Amino acid sequence: MLLEREARLLDQGRFEEWLGLFSAECLYWVPATPAGGDPRREVAVAFDDRRRLEDRIYRLRTGSAWSQTPASRTVRMVTNVEVFGNRMVRANFLISEFRAGETRPWSGWYGYRLKTDALQIEVKQVNLIDCDQNLRNPSIVL
Amino acid sequence: MNISTFSELVFEDRVHRSIYTDPAIFEIEMTRVFGAVWVYLAHESQIPGNDDFVAARLGLRPLIVLRDMHGRIRALYNRCAHRGARICREARGSARSFQCPYHGWTYLNTGKLRGVPWPEGYACDFKDAKFNLAQLPRVESYRGFVFGTLNPDAPALKDYLGLVAKPIDEWLDRHPGGKVAVREANRLKFKGNWKLAYDNAADGYHVLFSHRSLLEMENRLQDEATKGMSFYMGKPDEAPMYVKVFSNGHHFKDKRPNVEKRPGALWELEAAHPGMEHYEQLIRSKLKEKAPRALDLAASEPVNINVFPNLSILGNHIQVIEPLAVDETDTTWYATAVVDEADELGGAADEVNALRMRTQEAFPSFGEVDDAVNFEEIQRGLAACEDEWVYMHRGLGIPGRVLEQPDGSLKAPATDEVFMREHMKEWKRLMSSQPRVSVTRDPQAT
Repeated sequence: MLLEREARLLDQGRFEEWLGLFSAECLYWVPATPAGGDPRREVAVAFDDRRRLEDRIYRLRTGSAWSQTPASRTVRMVTNVEVFGNRMVRANFLISEFRAGETRPWSGWYGYRLKTDALQIEVKQVNLIDCDQNLRNPSIVL
Repeated sequence: MNISTFSELVFEDRVHRSIYTDPAIFEIEMTRVFGAVWVYLAHESQIPGNDDFVAARLGLRPLIVLRDMHGRIRALYNRCAHRGARICREARGSARSFQCPYHGWTYLNTGKLRGVPWPEGYACDFKDAKFNLAQLPRVESYRGFVFGTLNPDAPALKDYLGLVAKPIDEWLDRHPGGKVAVREANRLKFKGNWKLAYDNAADGYHVLFSHRSLLEMENRLQDEATKGMSFYMGKPDEAPMYVKVFSNGHHFKDKRPNVEKRPGALWELEAAHPGMEHYEQLIRSKLKEKAPRALDLAASEPVNINVFPNLSILGNHIQVIEPLAVDETDTTWYATAVVDEADELGGAADEVNALRMRTQEAFPSFGEVDDAVNFEEIQRGLAACEDEWVYMHRGLGIPGRVLEQPDGSLKAPATDEVFMREHMKEWKRLMSSQPRVSVTRDPQAT
């Protein structure tokens, strides 16, 4: 339920409500290496704490983020959901993004760590299958 | 294509749209630019030990850049001498030899053919050099930056760099030991010509407009805009920052004069980053009054050092521009880390680097994406074929604006476009010449 809602909020551009699904101290991590890498030693595609997620959303709302002006149209599929214990969730994803005359895919798997009451996301790790490749306009929230 | 064509495409104030859109011009560039001059290939920290290799490209040619078994840096063509398949399919690794997965021909990492299966089935002499891998005849490294060229007549790398070597030296020398190590990258791609990225490399005119959302984002927690490149606000051409233009298409945007000359001033320009407070506190408690100098190493150095045709050293990044097609380009923003072998940072190098990774993620994620979209929009706009000219005349014709320096370089205010006029002149010169380009197959020759 949480995963579907999260996907729908992003598809609908309701970024502030999406951020409301995350705990006060949270992490949105998109590694640049297939094995994850060590973010203390390497850059990631994204390694956002809550404040940086707020930055990300703030930028998208300025109206001058040209990489998302106009905003992409997206539809997210979240499938193959597996739950490990009471906090860890794994799922596959396929995001279709339409922008400037083309529809293109973003594919990978998500690793979530939820707060113990399972109502909020503490960590969302986005593992793109092409995380170490040159990405064209990676400006949507994955 | 006629050599005199290029003098009809590049004028003092403008260039013709076709230099960005014509596949025939792109094909010529792949030899007369990405072949005839020194092209940046890799950083030595990507191949630290003997037998280490990393995949690279020279124009469209697939290369294996490696440190051979004797420690010599080579750029081999990743192309089996037999039928042409790539012999190495990995992005990086370590190998003393390479075996082609098709028919098993094997090569030492010096490029020499080691052997083929069932050689008795061949009448030829496999000691003939024509069966060795092709490789670049000239590969040289400048303080860790590995360049290669196919032109046996090219000047020494140091001479090709000329005056741009000094800003590179200064960029390196602010670090302990005068060195950095590459650590992963933010990798981007845009559907546009590679020159659109190089045209932007010293551009001060676009900052407030293309990066408006970044500037707003970086300053959202402040009352006054002081973070990031906010010094472009107001009157940027009257600010202490400047652009310098050297020969061979190189240039240098120096924003350091905008920053107060005291330890910690650079760090103060950084907006909030993940983990900032925690790591800053660790560094301050370890280093005390020496902390500000260390924190400045985690901050973005306010320079853009551009080496024609494909290298831009900016902030703490090594950006590599790679053409894939006339309308497709990869720009890879390699992040760098401090390498503190002599422990000049009092045990705080790891903390400095943890901060430095976060500061480096910011511009590719929140700044470059907007530039890249603008490059793509140029490529779309240039499809309008009767609308021929692309203007680069900002600052041209204003007396006293571009000043020739004693060392022969040109100096101009921060938003001037003299830098692109000069690199286009160099581009025109290269495209109108007929350089000798060749590979070598002799491992001893390079």
